[in-house]
Amino acid sequence: MTLLETDDLTVRFGEKTVLDGIGFTLAAGERLGLIGASGSGKSLTALAILGLLPEEAQVRGSIRLDGVELLGRGDRELSRLRGNRMAMVFQEPLSALNPLMRVGNQIGGPLRLHRGLSRKKALAEAISLAEQVGLPDPENLVRAYPHQLSGGQRQRVGIAMAVASRPALLLADEPTTALDVTVQAEILGLLDDLVTEQGTALLFVTHDLAVLAQVVRRVLVMGEGRVLESGSLETILRKPAHPYTRNLLELARAASFHRAPEAAR
Amino acid sequence: MRRAARRWRTLRTVASAVVRRPTGAFGVAVAAVLVLAAVVSVWWTPFDPQATDVRAAWLLPFQRGHLLGTDRVGHDQFSQLLAGSRETLFAATGSASIAAVLGIALGVTAVLSPRPVGAVVVQAIDLVIAFPGLLLAMVLAAVYGGSLATVVAAVGISAGVGVARVSRAEIARILSQDYVLAARAAGASTGRIVRKHLLPNIAPTLIVQLSLVMALAVLAEATLTYLGYGSSPSTPSWGGLLHTQQDYIRVRPLLVIWPGLAVALTVLGFNLLGDALRDATDPRLRSGVRS
Ligand SMILES: Nc1ncnc2c1ncn2[C@@H]1O[C@H](COP(=O)(O)OP(=O)(O)OP(=O)(O)O)[C@@H](O)[C@H]1O
Ligand SMILES: [Mg+2]
Repeated sequence: MTLLETDDLTVRFGEKTVLDGIGFTLAAGERLGLIGASGSGKSLTALAILGLLPEEAQVRGSIRLDGVELLGRGDRELSRLRGNRMAMVFQEPLSALNPLMRVGNQIGGPLRLHRGLSRKKALAEAISLAEQVGLPDPENLVRAYPHQLSGGQRQRVGIAMAVASRPALLLADEPTTALDVTVQAEILGLLDDLVTEQGTALLFVTHDLAVLAQVVRRVLVMGEGRVLESGSLETILRKPAHPYTRNLLELARAASFHRAPEAAR
Repeated sequence: MRRAARRWRTLRTVASAVVRRPTGAFGVAVAAVLVLAAVVSVWWTPFDPQATDVRAAWLLPFQRGHLLGTDRVGHDQFSQLLAGSRETLFAATGSASIAAVLGIALGVTAVLSPRPVGAVVVQAIDLVIAFPGLLLAMVLAAVYGGSLATVVAAVGISAGVGVARVSRAEIARILSQDYVLAARAAGASTGRIVRKHLLPNIAPTLIVQLSLVMALAVLAEATLTYLGYGSSPSTPSWGGLLHTQQDYIRVRPLLVIWPGLAVALTVLGFNLLGDALRDATDPRLRSGVRS
């Protein structure tokens, strides 16, 4: 069953076309990796789906969630879907959390908004979510401020906030880029588990092939605002059709080659 | 009820962080003394501040129970200062309230409205800001007659526009933060973003600005009253005292020094209080607190 479908999605800033005819589908519970170089339009694709592009962006085409067109819908209507049917995990866990709001309130925010939970119930839910995402001492942790947590813990908070109302679609925009390698693996494992457990569809944005291989099997390669190719991870790794993809693969191999001696120590 | 309890706890944490700093403690003391003086003077002053008694004229401090002495017509100076603090307190709080509401409303409108509207608001802010607050006070006084209300309105409006201009960049900065985008991605409406994310995050800078507005208002009230654009000379006020006593500065310099000192200390107190509050309202700067 198709959950998300974009068709000829085109975004322009004035004369500059930043997304050019993006089309893909995502079934319920399915995972899709979105890979491409910096500036290729990965983040904008995710933001377009949420309806959170900057005001000056001109958008054409179609984005359907559960068969319903999202483009052209008002902000009020969209905000009922955000954090509810679809949610997002951001790249920078520190800046994506309000520095002056206690962690528990941030995790419970979507629940208060969409489920109408009382403050007390939302906090209880936040504690159990904090436990689910593997945060230590959840009862006390929900009363902490973001700066009192480690990077990995902050990203766990970001994930808890995103999955709080069990969205059908989870967008993750480079959720591990800001973290160091050992923490990366833990966070990827957590995302993997949660998505499997909740049957959530996942759109995973990254420019790191090694990371991608840990969470998805189907991949969309983007370059300069266009979909260059798509297919299973194996096909893309073994027979990249596009020179751009080949280049990306080479870069990734070179990077892992350079990383290898360190890993051996 | 629980909500009130939680607010109270946060307030206590902030307050203790403020008084831990000597400058903050001084600011709090000045503000507290001002409030206390204003409240007490409503029911009690050592002497009737308006009572004239030529036999008690020109007394020195502590003579015949007059703590700060008396003037040409026998007005008890301490009682006059106490009664005058009401004007000062009202000028400070009234101006700051007007400036806060106006500043935030204009700033948010300028940032959040669609392009053309926002641009018009910005232009309007720049236009009004070029109009000196002192001039506005004089115009208001000319039209409505000089009073404490015209002083408060003039200071509140001109400071409010200033707050809007200074806060606009900060409001824009906060609204472009990732956590605002994350909140929108979690379904927060614009109203909720303003309440839960913008206001708490702008509070530290706003509080500093407002304490400066209070300091400015205290000074402006004294100046305008001194110049004759404030409340009538029959109402005790610090500016009014400066105005009346300046003629005798050579005879009794102390008579000018008391109200002058009161104005200076209050202005300094509000400035220091603002700095301490800024540090205390930010949990990242509030050292060692984990409740
Ligand atoms: N507000 C904007 N105005 C104009 N151009 C923009 C704006 N936002 C993004 N762009 C442009 O759109 C292009 C795609 O940006 P996007 O953030 O989607 O890249 P990305 O693939 O996520 O890159 P990265 O891997 O670095 O995060 C970039 O060239 C960027 O300069
Ligand atoms: Mg990006």
